[in-house]
Amino acid sequence: MLIIRDLHANINGKEILRGINLTVNAGEIHAIMGPNGSGKSTLASVLVGNPAFEVTQGEVLFYGKNLLELSPEDRSRAGLFLSFQYPVEIPGVSMVNFMRAAVNEHRKYNNQEPLSASEFLKMMREKKEIVELDSKLANRSVNEGFSGGEKKRNEIFQMAMLNPKLSILDETDSGLDIDALRIVANGVNKLKNDDNASIVITHYQRLLDYIVPDFVHILYKGRIVKTAGKELALVLEEKGYDWIKQEIEE
Amino acid sequence: MAKEQYVSLYKQYSKTIKKHCSELLNKFRDEAFESLCNSDFYVHSEEKNAINLQPAYDSDFGLNFNRVDINADPYKIFRCDVPNINSYLCFVVNDKYYQNTDQKVKLPNGVVVSSLNTISETNPDLVIPYLFKNMDWKNNPTQAFNVTFAQDGLFIYVPKNTEMEMPIQVVNFMYGNSDIMAVSHNVIVLEEGAKLKLLVCDHTSNDSQYLANRVTEIFVGKNASYEHYKVENTHNKMTNISNVLVNQGDNSKLLTNLITLHNGYTQNNIKIDINGENSETVVCGLAIGDKQQTINNYTLIDHARPKSNSQQMFKYILDDQSKGTFTGKILVQKQSQKTVAFQTCRTILLSKDAHIKAKPQLEIYADDVKCSHGNTIGQLDDTAMFYLRSRGISEKEAKLLLMYAFVHDVLENITVEALKDRVKMLVEKRLRGDLSKCSGCIICK
Repeated sequence: MLIIRDLHANINGKEILRGINLTVNAGEIHAIMGPNGSGKSTLASVLVGNPAFEVTQGEVLFYGKNLLELSPEDRSRAGLFLSFQYPVEIPGVSMVNFMRAAVNEHRKYNNQEPLSASEFLKMMREKKEIVELDSKLANRSVNEGFSGGEKKRNEIFQMAMLNPKLSILDETDSGLDIDALRIVANGVNKLKNDDNASIVITHYQRLLDYIVPDFVHILYKGRIVKTAGKELALVLEEKGYDWIKQEIEE
Repeated sequence: MAKEQYVSLYKQYSKTIKKHCSELLNKFRDEAFESLCNSDFYVHSEEKNAINLQPAYDSDFGLNFNRVDINADPYKIFRCDVPNINSYLCFVVNDKYYQNTDQKVKLPNGVVVSSLNTISETNPDLVIPYLFKNMDWKNNPTQAFNVTFAQDGLFIYVPKNTEMEMPIQVVNFMYGNSDIMAVSHNVIVLEEGAKLKLLVCDHTSNDSQYLANRVTEIFVGKNASYEHYKVENTHNKMTNISNVLVNQGDNSKLLTNLITLHNGYTQNNIKIDINGENSETVVCGLAIGDKQQTINNYTLIDHARPKSNSQQMFKYILDDQSKGTFTGKILVQKQSQKTVAFQTCRTILLSKDAHIKAKPQLEIYADDVKCSHGNTIGQLDDTAMFYLRSRGISEKEAKLLLMYAFVHDVLENITVEALKDRVKMLVEKRLRGDLSKCSGCIICK
């Protein structure tokens, strides 16, 4: 599904990613962990085409297509989704209008007719239940005045609406209390199937109790320095990152 | 025409002008003409960066001093297309009021909707307490010009405790194959406890050069409530100079919402005299400009009595080489304690050549007040833009959603639902770059 080869990227001339290699297949869940500033969020941003970052080297293939050549909207339509670490508030744009525009653009891309108003509202109702999103939130402006937990739930709600092939969850657990974390994680698990895949970026083991990864990668100084099964996360929880740093320096 | 030509025009035609007008309308004509002669045609001369309107008057405009009727019934040739709006419709074609003879809806008892010239002849006592009372032509050349040349306009009177549920809709319609100037004077009176919503639509018939100088004096009595909507939807060769001059009494409510969708040169002067306690005033506006359009809003909110609340909100979206200015003055007089006055002006510039000059002015002489002003000028928010695009929404559509969101709160300040829906639709069309004219407009057929 996704093949990343020797990916390098800069922001403001500073190199953050220094040769990432990663392959994600359908049905897999990959966790990416690593200390602050190691490049986790940068990787997520580069994959979805954030114009603030400049790719200087390497390639990314998504279903065989050169992902880096696509606009952010085409990446989304092709099945890529990012749950933002900091979801953006957009006063004046209602959730309904936002999602209707997004869903219909996806449908257009797939040569489908736009949804009728009633079909769309039915879909909204169904998907809201997945993350127990308050109906009132859907009538408000995008993320405006939402609590931290509501914003993250809203991200997963959008994911449910757009049904992506590959979802990247960028620190979706940050700022969530235990109950909210469980709701969000349950939402992600409900959306999981054999055809799609997830990359879960997190600092903590906590989220991985709920969303169980097939692989855990450690990102350090812009490179993936270690890959193992889910047990690696437990080791990190116990020992921190220092032993990894030492191993690298040696 | 240069100023001298207007001066000689008046000298030559003043007899003709007066012959067709009521005594009341003629009363201050010569005095205003004197003021005009002594002025330098600036729109508000007390301002340091006054806007020179002379270029707007330059063309060789025709004026209808002899009150010749157009050879058509405006009610038949033009439909201002606001679907589902149930309004009492009237027309001012150029500067002449045309009574609707086929009005299905009846006005409530005592409500008068009439030609100002006619009513000031047939029922002068109704007009005398109000006509020219909000004017300051000695210090304002556009007002002096108006009093000098205006021969007619709209007169509305809503008696005590009468609530007009149905909005009155006046279409200012510029009509004619040559370059035409219209100078009209409107007076709107709401007695104590009265209620009225007025919708003003500005339209043009064809691509001649037009200039309109319109003054609307509005008197909102004690406990009365008045809403004033203006939607400008004309063409690039139209200059619209408008003075909206309001006097508010105790516990009164006022909402003005001036929307420029399409015009050549717009000059709005809004002056609100708050002469009542506990009154509420909302003054807002939306300007969408492109090509060489200019949209200027000048507001003065004069808090002359305590405990009143005023809010101003203006939004501009300017593209190409279009220009806008906002000069907003809040004056809180010494006796006006407990005044609350807010003002914001926000602008999005879509091109490098678009231009906005925003100038808030607060003059506060009372010490127990809450006042603020804020101006922002910028481009569309990049992070919001990326967020929308990352969900599959195209750049063009995302831009549209954000522009629409930007103007959203001004449009929410429309309480006539049918009008709100229509304006929202027109704004969306306009932002999409389509011609935003009403489908009823002759020019589009």
